[in-house]
This record gives sequence, structure tokens and C-alpha cells, in this order.
Amino acid sequence: MIDGFLYQALIYLAAAVICVPVARRLGMGSVLGYLLAGILIGPFAFGFIGREGQDIMHFAEFGVVMMLFLIGLELDPAHFWKMRGRILGMGSLQLGATSLLAGGGLLLLGFSWQSALASGLALSMSSTAIVLQTLREKGLSSAESGRSAFAVLLFQDIAVIPVLAVLPFLAVQTVARAPGEHAGMLAGLPGWLQTSSVLCAILAVIAAGRYVIAPFLRIIAGAGLRELCVAASLLIIFAIAFLMNAVGLSPALGAFLAGVVLANSEFRHELESDIEPFKGLLLGLFFIAVGASINFKLISDDPLTVIALVAALLVLKAFVLILTGRLFRLSFDQNCIFSVALSQVGEFAFVVFAFMHTLKILSGPWLDTMMAVTALSMTVTPVLMLINERLILPSFGTPEQEKMPEDTIDVKNKVIIAGFSTFGSTVGRFLRANSIEATILDNNSDRVNLLRKMGFRVFYGDATRLDILHSAGAADASILIVAIDDPATNCALAATVRKHFPGLTVMVRARNNFETYELLDIGVPHVYRECLDASVRLGVDALVKLGFRRYSATRAGQNFVKYDEAAVHKLAPHRHDEKKYIYTTREQIRLQEQLLANDSRSSHGLTDHAWENESGSCGCPD
Amino acid sequence: MEPISITFKIDLISDTIEKVHRSALIKVLRQMKKVLILFAHPRFEKSRANKALLAEVRGLDFVTVHDLYELYPDFNIDIGREKMLLAAHQLIIWQFPLYMYGPPALLKHWIDLVLEHGWAHGSGGCSLEKKQLFIAVTTGGSREAYGADGFNRFALSELLRPLEQTACLCRMMYLPPFAVQGMASLTQEHLGRYALLYRLAIQGLCAGEADLAGIVRCEFLDVWATALLHQGAP
Repeated sequence: MIDGFLYQALIYLAAAVICVPVARRLGMGSVLGYLLAGILIGPFAFGFIGREGQDIMHFAEFGVVMMLFLIGLELDPAHFWKMRGRILGMGSLQLGATSLLAGGGLLLLGFSWQSALASGLALSMSSTAIVLQTLREKGLSSAESGRSAFAVLLFQDIAVIPVLAVLPFLAVQTVARAPGEHAGMLAGLPGWLQTSSVLCAILAVIAAGRYVIAPFLRIIAGAGLRELCVAASLLIIFAIAFLMNAVGLSPALGAFLAGVVLANSEFRHELESDIEPFKGLLLGLFFIAVGASINFKLISDDPLTVIALVAALLVLKAFVLILTGRLFRLSFDQNCIFSVALSQVGEFAFVVFAFMHTLKILSGPWLDTMMAVTALSMTVTPVLMLINERLILPSFGTPEQEKMPEDTIDVKNKVIIAGFSTFGSTVGRFLRANSIEATILDNNSDRVNLLRKMGFRVFYGDATRLDILHSAGAADASILIVAIDDPATNCALAATVRKHFPGLTVMVRARNNFETYELLDIGVPHVYRECLDASVRLGVDALVKLGFRRYSATRAGQNFVKYDEAAVHKLAPHRHDEKKYIYTTREQIRLQEQLLANDSRSSHGLTDHAWENESGSCGCPD
Repeated sequence: MEPISITFKIDLISDTIEKVHRSALIKVLRQMKKVLILFAHPRFEKSRANKALLAEVRGLDFVTVHDLYELYPDFNIDIGREKMLLAAHQLIIWQFPLYMYGPPALLKHWIDLVLEHGWAHGSGGCSLEKKQLFIAVTTGGSREAYGADGFNRFALSELLRPLEQTACLCRMMYLPPFAVQGMASLTQEHLGRYALLYRLAIQGLCAGEADLAGIVRCEFLDVWATALLHQGAP
């Protein structure tokens, strides 16, 4: 029983559930938590799982496949076109320079030119999974560093297609595959045939996305069964993965392509919400598997080689990235974040190295070493980012806290604003216009530098960190305005503050009703939906353009806002009455339905009886 | 980072727009429209009488119709702009339906905010000196219902005393009210006649040859305008 499925599930889930919250509490981020969990349960620590970690990894790679599918979904061609300069420029520069330098280094170590070139390409890839997850948790997705990292990762993800297609040409001898080895059915074919079948498969995915999947989903949606939609979404991904495996391509790429093709279809949000939970779980499993598969025996046998290789690679990659960032005019802080974030070797290297081994470009011992180097570099990244965030940036880049002259140091602002993007800055400017100075917390160094130049009191860093809140004066302030772009961070911050600074009034920005409910659940009464006032104002102006009197329309708008706020507060406790589902878009549609039903029962339009009262003492004055 | 620099730029732009706007406004005001109708009606879309009155005078080129509820639905009155308008006109009209024996809230609000001490009244407050003011009012009750023996116990002129005194405080000449009364019994023809009288009254007062002493002796401006009509004046 001890090797059974239940036992394994127990080990993995327990490790994740214990390690991830601890890691997050220590400010390390979930990725590092999963990796540590993997190391702990792996064969070289507690040994709960043995070498089958490798097999788990194959399975868990589906997390990466799903992630790329979701990235593809987010990326409609228009968006891609807008980012083309960054993607092509930064991406090609990083990939080209890193491959050449790393390949050159390997040539010196005695690699043949084919294997040096292939390995260089593999090593130049970074880990989309780790980087995106980490940057999102740090709320940096929309900062310069986050956007640049996304662009480079995207270029790499796309570049894997030609890389894998070209690899067979580098094979020095005809490939003889051992029986039973995981391989595509095309393995025995000559190189040109393999390459053309790869291209055919890609075209097939694009065509299927357009002409098969969308109509198929329409039929499924017609059936009206929730679990069937989830099953269909998973089926699409598994089918693509199977096809890609068959031609020896990375399933992740196929999924990415399918995602891009489906980005403009009406099922985009449906697919996103269906796959999101599976993606999260499998990505976690993937990180655990990476941690568990690190061959500590190899490392302890020859620690110097492995560690030297890892260090050399990290330095080399970071060096190229810093130059790239410089060339694309990233500021010092953003460049540091960008370079450190992308300095590891990514999950595609596993695929490429394995492929190279089957093509006999890479020898067995080197394969093990490279795998260990890759896994180790992935593990080190979150730590490096933490060091960068806590030590390097505060000392060399934008300091967390501005050095103030002695006489102003005890100025205590009554208001703290966390997050100074469009929303927060509007609030801040309004307060400042009324001579209320606010202390600002933000984690975008470009913005922080600008604001400091303009004389604002700004703290740089993650607003959910208790020490930053303390130094920003949360203990003495009376109001904290939470206006960060990422809703999860807003929620976490609100919860932290309610626990540690119960006297502080928290006013939170929310994007929609769903987030409002979440915030009401954790006991924050002051929730402001960012689209409510603007959309009602638009509605008021629309009424005016249709000939309504401006005053009547304005009153109707004000009434509607009041009514809507009341309705949201009223419905909040009842929303879980029906069976609970975690799929957020569906829940939102259901909540919308409740609101609309409530609308038809109440009247909140243009009815003011006071001025139409014919029986009043003055009579109707007209 | 971007949104901030952009919004600061917008601040600058809106400042210049404001300046251009003001200078254009002043240019328009130089042409000296003489009559300013400060109109306040929270339910204008349902009105008959006020609609008829305004329609008759809106097109006149010496008349500025200033619709307060349309301009300030949020009650946030631009005091500087209102003062400039007042300065540029000679005859001021407060036009409104009578609600609970007083003007609608926004007109009262306007009076409270715009007629500042030191500008409109008090020491140095002579900006409105020698301007003329009358009230154009519509009431549901008939003229007979307003009097010592009537349902409303007071004459309309008595009920309007606070407004009259406000005008006097601001050193303006207060003229008798133009009143359209007894709404329930007024047909569309009646309203058309009142509208005509309204225009005649305004034109008569602007003609410059108006017999002000005679006007002040009338209880209602519409009565004076009826006399003008019978004389066959313009």
C-alpha cells in the first residue's frame, strides 16, 4: 500500500500544504515553498518518494502545458503586435547572446560544436512558470520589469518551436532508440521528414483551433453541463499534448499555439476559468517534482563542478540580461529585478536535454549534470530574487525608505495609500489638492523615484510586509487606502491590517462585485468598486443625450449607486446559499443574475413624488 | 509611472482651456445681453407653463436663459461665473415654480452662495446697484387663492417678501412679479397669451422708455403687460 496512489497523493499534498504557507509567511513566495517541499520529500532528504520523481515530473509538466495554453489565451494578436518591439528585440538579443556565450563556454569544456550549440540554446531558456508566478505574487506583472520579462519569456516559448525542429539535423549519428523509451512515433524517420511533420503538426493545431475546437465547444456548451465543459477543456489540452508528443514536439508549445488561436473566440473566459485550478495544482506539483528530482548525490560527488556551472550560468545569463535591459532603457531597479528573475535555466531545458540525449548529442553523465544544474538554478532563483529585493535594491537602488532631514522625520501622515497606479494616484492627487498629505507605498521603483522627486513621502516595497507597514507609520495613521492593481494582494493586505492594526480604517478598491464580496467576507466595510461610479456617470450622460433633464438623470444616477451599494451588502451573505463553485466567472454571472432579479423588484428610477404632488397646499405649480 | 505624468499634463491643459473659455465668455458678455433669466425648475420636463414662457423668450438676442438645474445638477455652483453673468446684465429675472411658498432649493442655494457680502451687499458690495429684478413665478393656486381671505391666507407679493428684501439689500430695483396662476384651469391658449405677455414685459422693460413709477404701482407685471398689449405697443 505504501507505494500506492493514495500514499503518494498524501505525501505530495501534505508537503505542499505545509511548506507553501510557511514559505509565504516567511516572504519567500509559493514557488520556493513548492521547491522546498519537493526537496524535503525527495530521495535525498526524507526519502518519502524515490526516483519516481522523474515520472511525476512528466505528469506535472501538464501544469506548464496548461500555463502556456492560458498565456496563449491572454495573448490575442493585437496585444502581441503592441509588444512586438520588446518581444523581438529583447527576446532575440537575450536568446542569441546567451546561446552563443554559453555554447562557447561549453566548446571550451570539450563539447562538440553540435552539442555546444544545442546546449547553449537550451540553457538560454528561462522558466516561464517560476518567473511569471513569482512576479505576479510580487505584484510586478505590470511594472517595466514584469512586462520585459514577459516579452522575453514569450520569445523563448516561441523560439522553442524552431529549436526543437532543428535539433534532429544536429544529430551526429542515426538515432537508435532503446525499446520502451518514451519517444515519438517519428523517431526513426530521416531528419527532413521529421522537420516537415513537425511543421504539419503545428499547422494542424492552428487549423483545428479555428475550425474544429470552437464549433466543438459550441456543441458542448449547448449541453449545459458544467463538468462536461471542464472535461472538454481538458480534452483539448490532452489532445494537443498527445499530437505534439507524437511528432516529438513540446506539448507546451502546441498548447500555447492553440491558446493564441482561441484567444479571439467567445470561449476564452470559459476556458480560462475551467483550466485555471488544474493549472495551479499541476504547476505546484511540477515545482515539487523539480525539487525532488535534484540529484544531490551527483552534487555531493562533485560539488565544485555543479556549483561552478550553476554560478557561471547564472552570472552569464544575468550579465546578458542586464545588457539587454540597459539597451532597452530599463531603470536600475527594474533592470535588477528583470535580470535576476530570468537568470535561471527553464523547464524547457529538461525537454531539450532529454531530446538531445535520445538524439545522442548529449552523453548520459552530462545529461544528469545538466538536469541537476537546471533544477538547481530554478531553485536558486526565488532565493536570489529575495536577496535582490531585500539586500541589493535597498542598498544600491531605490531605498525602501527615503532619507529625511532630521526636522521632518517625525511628520506623521494620517493617510497611507498602498498602490499608486491610476486609481491610487487619483485618490492621492485629490487628497493633496485638499492639503492632505499621504504616505505612499508602492513596489514600482520607477514610480517611486518619480514620486519622491515630486515631494511625496514614498516607501518602496511590498505593502503586505509588516515591517514596511510599520515604518510607513501604520500604527499612527488613521486611514489606509488600499489601491493595488492585484486584487489578491489587496485582500491579503486588508486582512493583515485588520489583524495587526485593528484601529486603522481600511478603505479598499475592488474591481467588481465578486471582489467586493470577498472583502466584505473578511470584514472590510469600506469597499469601493472602481467601475461603479464611472459606469453610472456614463449612463447618466447617455440619459441626457437622449433628452432627459440633467438634474433628473443625475438624481437617478445617485439613487442607483445608493441602491446598488445596498443591494451588494444585502446579497453578500446570501451568495453562498446555492451550491458552492470555485469557478469565478460562473459565480460572477450568477451574482449578476441575483442583482438583476433584485432590480426588477425595486424601483430606483426617475420617481420624485414631492414635486408632482397635486394635493399640496400650493397645488401643482407646474 | 505614465498615468501620473499624463494627468499632470492634463491639469496644465485644463488650466489653459479654462483661460481660453473665460476670455471667450468675456467676449460674449461684452456684447451686453441685457436680460438674464435665472431659471430654476427641478421637474422642468413635466412643466407646461414654464416651458411656454421660456420658449417665447429663449430666441431673443438680448436675453440670456440660465437654466440652473441643467447646469448644476450636483448643486456645485460656479460662483465666479455667476457673478460675471450678473455683472454683464441689467435686468435680472428669477423664474421658478412656487414650491411650498418659496423658490426651489437650487435657486435659494444660488442666492445664498452668489450674493456674497462685500460683493452684492454690505460694505463695498455694490456690484448689483441699480440693476432691475423681477420674479416670474407659476403657482398651482389661482390668484384669488392668494389673499387674506383665500386658501393660502397671504397675497403672493407678501409670500415673496424675503426675495424682495434680498433684492433691496443688494440695492437692486425690485419690480412686481410676473405670475402665471391657477394652473389647473389654464388651457394651451391661455399659456400662449401669458408667454406673449412675458415677452412684451421683457421687451418693454428693455426699451428704456418704460414708466418705472407706473410699473411699480401695478401689483403684477403681467397686468402691466396686458395694458401694453391693449395700447398696441410693440
